[in-house]
Amino acid sequence: MGGLNRRPPALRVHRLAYAYPDGRQALFGVDLRVEHGERVAVLGPNGAGKTTLVLHLNGVLAGGSGTVEVAGLTVEKAHLREIRRRVGVVFQDPDDQLFMPTVRQDVAFGPANFGVTGEALDARVAGALADVGMSEHADRSPMHLSGGQRRRVALATVLACDPEILVLDEPSANLEPVARRELAEVLLRLDRTTLMVTHDLPYAAQLCPRSVLIDDGVVVADGPTRELLADTELLARHRLELPYGFRLD
Amino acid sequence: MSAHALHRPGDTSAHLLAPQIKIVSTFLFVVCVVATPRTEFAAFGAYLVVLTGVWVIARIPPRWLAPRALIEVPFVALAVLLPFVGGGTRTDMLGVSVSVDGALAGWNIVAKGTLGVLASLTLAATTSPSEILLGLQRLRVPKLIITVATLMLRYVELIAAEARRMRLARIARGHDPRFLWQVGATARGIGTLFVRTYERGERVHLAMLSRGWTGAMPEPNPPRVSTVDWLAGLVPAGLAAAMLVGALWAG
Repeated sequence: MGGLNRRPPALRVHRLAYAYPDGRQALFGVDLRVEHGERVAVLGPNGAGKTTLVLHLNGVLAGGSGTVEVAGLTVEKAHLREIRRRVGVVFQDPDDQLFMPTVRQDVAFGPANFGVTGEALDARVAGALADVGMSEHADRSPMHLSGGQRRRVALATVLACDPEILVLDEPSANLEPVARRELAEVLLRLDRTTLMVTHDLPYAAQLCPRSVLIDDGVVVADGPTRELLADTELLARHRLELPYGFRLD
Repeated sequence: MSAHALHRPGDTSAHLLAPQIKIVSTFLFVVCVVATPRTEFAAFGAYLVVLTGVWVIARIPPRWLAPRALIEVPFVALAVLLPFVGGGTRTDMLGVSVSVDGALAGWNIVAKGTLGVLASLTLAATTSPSEILLGLQRLRVPKLIITVATLMLRYVELIAAEARRMRLARIARGHDPRFLWQVGATARGIGTLFVRTYERGERVHLAMLSRGWTGAMPEPNPPRVSTVDWLAGLVPAGLAAAMLVGALWAG
């Protein structure tokens, strides 16, 4: 505490509230602070406001009250471009994310939008594909990959933008067990500030030392993942539970 | 995918030519066709020869073109009637009285329509949809039009994919669309299809925005296009223009 030139946190969300245009209030004042290098799971039942929160982090949704800061830069229209470079969102369904004819073009799409060209761009693409173990599939169509491979390519499309913070929306959804484990290995190797939105509690326990529990648009618990998951009463109050047969030891 | 049904991948020089050249060449060719007076029958034949030359270079068999050219049929249906209902001087053809003016008007529509459709099919066969967008972008077509076209291209594939999934799900529950009275289920499905496609398209758009998309496809390493490429690519249009001038001169 009390360091003189402290770096601003990787992410700071302050009293964020938001109602959809149809009047449905999704967030009621969320507070969240993520330091550089942390991996944090955002847990919560369906409809808790998790995805709404994610869409605020890169300014896709805005217009409510409260603030979001990414590495010291406030999310607002004036620097939306820089914010979107800093916040890499991997969407829940890779089919929503991948749309180019080849894997290589899809991975190059993001950094090219942010002005990376020539050899630097090639290096970014090669690096991101190597990080997720998909280098040999660079010239294939994303349509022809398996679900797990598509998920890893979707991750590479975001890694290629070299984001300050990686935001994953339900990364383990619809993955077979092996693909799920392979993705976990990739994510653990990455060593990046990560915010992982999920209701896959074992995945949170495996990947994120810290968890934040969101329900009804507010943070209801924030602490070490194991402690949160051990509190069965807390989980039950918010429609969460560990899968059958899963033990925390 | 339906959007790619018109594209015939290949590596001929017609396929490898920069898309903007092909777009300009096709456009000029069609302009020449449309500008040709309807009685210059030889010119129309010559245009077809030029197109045939391109098909030979691009290795597009007529068998591939013919079924796709059928899209023209509803548009030329009217043209077939014109010789019978048209006014003015009449003449006998195979024992049937036809109007000269009507016959020429019908011929005008059929000939120009067919050549236009064939030229467009040739462009589509040698140029993938995303290349066409890239070509339009390089030709400085307004950003908004490119955006709409990009999203439309994306939607076409989404609609086809969603429709396939919904159809499978219906068939799995004993639906047999071959029976006429079950068409209703398909019709009701279209409403759902629209909503689902719209929502997915919206998510795709959000994902593109999140990766810094600003409305134009990024082109990090634009290839150099030589004057030779332009000259070679414009040969069909040039030939068409020469024939048009020749026909007007002689006429």
